[in-house]
Amino acid sequence: MIPAQFDYMAPTSVEDALAALAEHGDDAKIIAGGQSLLPVLRMRLNAPEMIIDLGRIESLRGIRDDGDAIVIGAMTPHAVVGSDPLVAEHAALISKAVEHLADAQIRHRGTFGGALAHADPAGDLGAPALALGAEFVIQGSGGTRTVAADDFFVDLFETAIGDDEILTEVRVPKHTGWGAHYEKFVRVAHQWPIVAVAATVRADGGTIAEARVGLTNMGSTPLRARATEAALAGQPATEDGVRAAAEQAAEGTNPPSDLNGEADYRRHLARVLTRRAVVAAAGG
Amino acid sequence: MTATQERPSDEVEREIGRDRRRKEDQRLITGRTRWTDNITLPGMLHLAMVRSPFAHATITSIDTSAAKQATNVVAVLTGADFGEELGVCINAWPITPDQVTPNHSPMPSDRVAFAGEIVAVVVARSAAEARDAAELVDVEYDELPAALDLKDAAADTVLAHPDLGTNKSALWVFDSGEAGTGGAVEDAISKARGDGIVIEREYRQQRLIPAFMEPRSVVVDPTGEQYVMYSATQIPHILRFALAATTGVPESKIRVIAPDVGGGFGGKLQVTPEEWIAWAVGRRLGKPVKYTETRSESLVSGHHGRDQWQKLTLAAEKDGTVTGLKVELLADLGAYVAIVGGGVPVLGAFMFNSIYKFPAYHFAVQTVLTNKTWTDAYRGAGRPEATYAIERLMDELAAEVGVDPLEVREKNWIKHEEFPFTTVAGLEYDSGNYEAATARAKEMLGYDELRAEQAARRASGDRVQLGIGTSTFTEMCGLAPSRVLGSLDYGAGGWEHASVRMLATGKVEVVTGASAHGQGHETAFSQIVADRLGVAFEDVEILHGDTQVAPKGLDTYGSRSLVVGGEALVKAADKVIEKAKPIAAHLLEASADDLEFAGGRFSVRGTDQGMAIGEVALATFAAHNLPDGVEPSLDSEATYDPVNFNFPHGTHLCAMEVDTETGELTMRKYVCCDDIGNIINPLIVSGQVHGGLVQGIAQALWEEAVYDDAGTLVSGSFVDYLLPTAADTISFEIDHTTSPSLTNTLGTKGVGEAGTIASTPAVVNAVVDALRPMGVTDIQMPCTPERVWKAIQGAGSGGATEGAAMPHFESGGEMGNQEQPGTSSTEGAGA
Ligand SMILES: Cc1cc2nc3c(=O)[nH]c(=O)nc-3n(C[C@H](O)[C@H](O)[C@H](O)COP(=O)(O)OP(=O)(O)OC[C@H]3O[C@@H](n4cnc5c(N)ncnc54)[C@H](O)[C@@H]3O)c2cc1C
Repeated sequence: MIPAQFDYMAPTSVEDALAALAEHGDDAKIIAGGQSLLPVLRMRLNAPEMIIDLGRIESLRGIRDDGDAIVIGAMTPHAVVGSDPLVAEHAALISKAVEHLADAQIRHRGTFGGALAHADPAGDLGAPALALGAEFVIQGSGGTRTVAADDFFVDLFETAIGDDEILTEVRVPKHTGWGAHYEKFVRVAHQWPIVAVAATVRADGGTIAEARVGLTNMGSTPLRARATEAALAGQPATEDGVRAAAEQAAEGTNPPSDLNGEADYRRHLARVLTRRAVVAAAGG
Repeated sequence: MTATQERPSDEVEREIGRDRRRKEDQRLITGRTRWTDNITLPGMLHLAMVRSPFAHATITSIDTSAAKQATNVVAVLTGADFGEELGVCINAWPITPDQVTPNHSPMPSDRVAFAGEIVAVVVARSAAEARDAAELVDVEYDELPAALDLKDAAADTVLAHPDLGTNKSALWVFDSGEAGTGGAVEDAISKARGDGIVIEREYRQQRLIPAFMEPRSVVVDPTGEQYVMYSATQIPHILRFALAATTGVPESKIRVIAPDVGGGFGGKLQVTPEEWIAWAVGRRLGKPVKYTETRSESLVSGHHGRDQWQKLTLAAEKDGTVTGLKVELLADLGAYVAIVGGGVPVLGAFMFNSIYKFPAYHFAVQTVLTNKTWTDAYRGAGRPEATYAIERLMDELAAEVGVDPLEVREKNWIKHEEFPFTTVAGLEYDSGNYEAATARAKEMLGYDELRAEQAARRASGDRVQLGIGTSTFTEMCGLAPSRVLGSLDYGAGGWEHASVRMLATGKVEVVTGASAHGQGHETAFSQIVADRLGVAFEDVEILHGDTQVAPKGLDTYGSRSLVVGGEALVKAADKVIEKAKPIAAHLLEASADDLEFAGGRFSVRGTDQGMAIGEVALATFAAHNLPDGVEPSLDSEATYDPVNFNFPHGTHLCAMEVDTETGELTMRKYVCCDDIGNIINPLIVSGQVHGGLVQGIAQALWEEAVYDDAGTLVSGSFVDYLLPTAADTISFEIDHTTSPSLTNTLGTKGVGEAGTIASTPAVVNAVVDALRPMGVTDIQMPCTPERVWKAIQGAGSGGATEGAAMPHFESGGEMGNQEQPGTSSTEGAGA
């Protein structure tokens, strides 16, 4: 498949990239790992005239410890995030989710920021980011702002990032010592989830002290299962202890119906997978 | 000059039976080889197709002016620009004399009959420029109602081709009572309704898409005395014939080359609109042209497979002895009758009775036109459908009688001492041993242990239930005795041709009319010839796939290459030996009667005198000292027409775990013991079996072509058409019993399709077996977790697949002429 003709530039600083965005406006599109953008271009679903590659901007790459949070650069490839010890220690839920994201080739090209900016509700990173209360650092010509996860995901393929802005990094509050599990339900390997549940739990001697549960592909954005989270507090970290709370996981969701399942089946899956994810997270 | 490497005759190592690594793999796997798309000719132009987004519409106007102005565009052509010169796509198998066959123009100018049909072609200096300009062709359509659902179409509610007056193409019937091969099935059924068992079921064969690795590609070179077409096709010889027959160019002026071809699975057993358009454009412009499809184009316009509804009635006595089988099929042809087309279900007609001794049998298929992509052969072609139906029914019968599924099969199958056996469908099965294959498969699976585990899980109400699925398949392959094809009104014969040329250097050039596209012919055929002539494996070169090199042949499909083409090879090699003998005798100054040929050497009986066949070849080349009247050539050829099909069989067992809470399926174990007669190369056989199994399992679990109610293919990319990868399969355990075929001298049977034919019912039977105590008797394919879960909830066998794709790739900005997949409702799969 051949994309329509486009021009290409690879600035080496965020400022230059922003200037280019300002100059080309609607005709420009940012490329990170290209794992979502290139299929769009090749299927000619979109035909931007200018492609601005962030690949040469070193400051957008890497993971660092920043006190009560870890900070993940937008251009950090999935494979790096997945094998990073800081992430594993303080935001284990992200490590678990990346493990099952696409295949090895895509994990080496696709980026943490690109996936979140793309905002596919079936993407595997939104629910963990939401559950961990991540903050999104967005830079525009007017300066930098930070958007909370709850406000970042706006709709299907739509985030708080403006047309003339760039997502530079994501701050993930440390959840050191929290158990985590990402329960992804697929028909074949290397597929986007039909439904997935991201659960992270602070357990206290066999009792769930605090739990965060994010849902993938249960609506037009990643969602928090807030009723479940509330009901889990104080429950024993066992299958029976979790069961009733998990039954509320699909409340307020609006899942799609497609080739892989209808909405009612997805709601059922969300309840079952939530139970399994929380039990696994609490035990881990 | 070096003579053929001589093998010491006392330690002749036979090539046949050796695990030879495939000699063609290095270049095929690295891609540094002659794939059609790798071919670049001087001055070559590139084509891009403009395709209809509508399933059924009148073309009201085509404005090509903007496209013609685009950079480096040489021409933009429509059907109207060509007329007769374009030729037509042919149906080679009208299955009945009164078959309704719509005219199939490669590029219609008045009306499109499926989404993806070509309405214009852009010719430019590069593929990218052609693609860009294709976006500028402005086509206006008046949408017409589309015939989409197979059952609705069969009722003629909406017409796929209004001018034909009906969607019903052909009704083909076989009845054992009328044919004299058995009794009347209605009698058997009415008797069973009184005092026996009648099993009535309706099964769905979903639509599948042959997803070969290499997309279809064609290059046409009109610059020489012969027009040359390179094509990624399985059938260069048939293609050449069809071009000559429909475009008015003499066959002698046409050379077709199938260079290296990357898979086909039946999907490249076709003469395609793209080939015909490239041919016409090349001739019109007098320049070489190339067209290579995108994967999206492949999925919408390459022919699809299967797509049937199967209504089945099985009659039996109370003890499970079968007494009759009635099969009524509806088969979806899509928009046109493809080259084999309605013949695909007919290839299954003789196989529903399978290995069982049915005394009465009735088969009827109604082929139906719809406004969807055309359908044709897909690995197994007719036989997977038959095997699926009968093997599912045998499990149902076992459940009704209350015995183990293998027990009811054994009660009814042909015992090994009963071969040769003439079946109720009129075929003579030459050899087989179902008892032996089944015993071995049970042992490999650990059948009794798993049955015990299944009972324990049932008793404890385990969340994860275990099912064991059985498939004791047979199939007919080695297409085909020409007389049989003639009696079925097929447009060609089923012979195969080979020639063997002894070169002066002692090397051997073998030409075969079979046309490999990944099967490993070059390796397996070299092994056969090496043994036959006693030359080294490395000294044999196999040539194929070019009608100027291999002028005679009928190509590769239907598991025919080895059993038909291999036999032609043996006969040609034997003629070489016959021709060499008098020359060797002359040179050895002995009588031909005193010569024996073994291990590549003629030797004079009772002496140590002898000479290698390579030495004879050199002497023949020099021709200095030949007997009087003997021509200076050892080269020989043979055309072999098989006397019968052959009948591989086997027992496949699948153990499947079912998570009853989610419907998720986890394959635990898959074993099979196949009887494919003598084996030339066990490594190649393993590859064929493993790949075949995955393809059959994929029908059971994953693959389905789904249309929305506007007739748009929703599963139009590999995001939504689920092809498995190695990550989705387990390690299979395979083994063989050997009952050599009696219909060819090598004793071989086909293996190319066996795994695909056998595995689908084994898998679905396993799923149903796990859930039978919950009242589940059917789950429609593919057995998605949702369908399994719904069946457990008592909501039936599954039913329709939602006609909407997962939208992972946002469309933003200005859109191209690509239509977005629809987002509504369903194709009538079970609705
Ligand atoms: C076959 C396949 C399977 C996949 N399976 C999965 C899966 O199972 N789970 C999953 O989660 N994902 C999956 N993906 C998607 C994958 O995770 C992509 O890497 C990801 O969606 C996009 O990341 P990218 O870096 O490639 O972004 P790109 O494709 O380069 O960009 C995506 C979009 O984000 C915008 N963008 C990128 N970076 C920024 C930025 N810093 N600031 C502002 N905008 C930006 C781009 O303009 C574009 O619109 C799959 C992809 C493919 C092709």
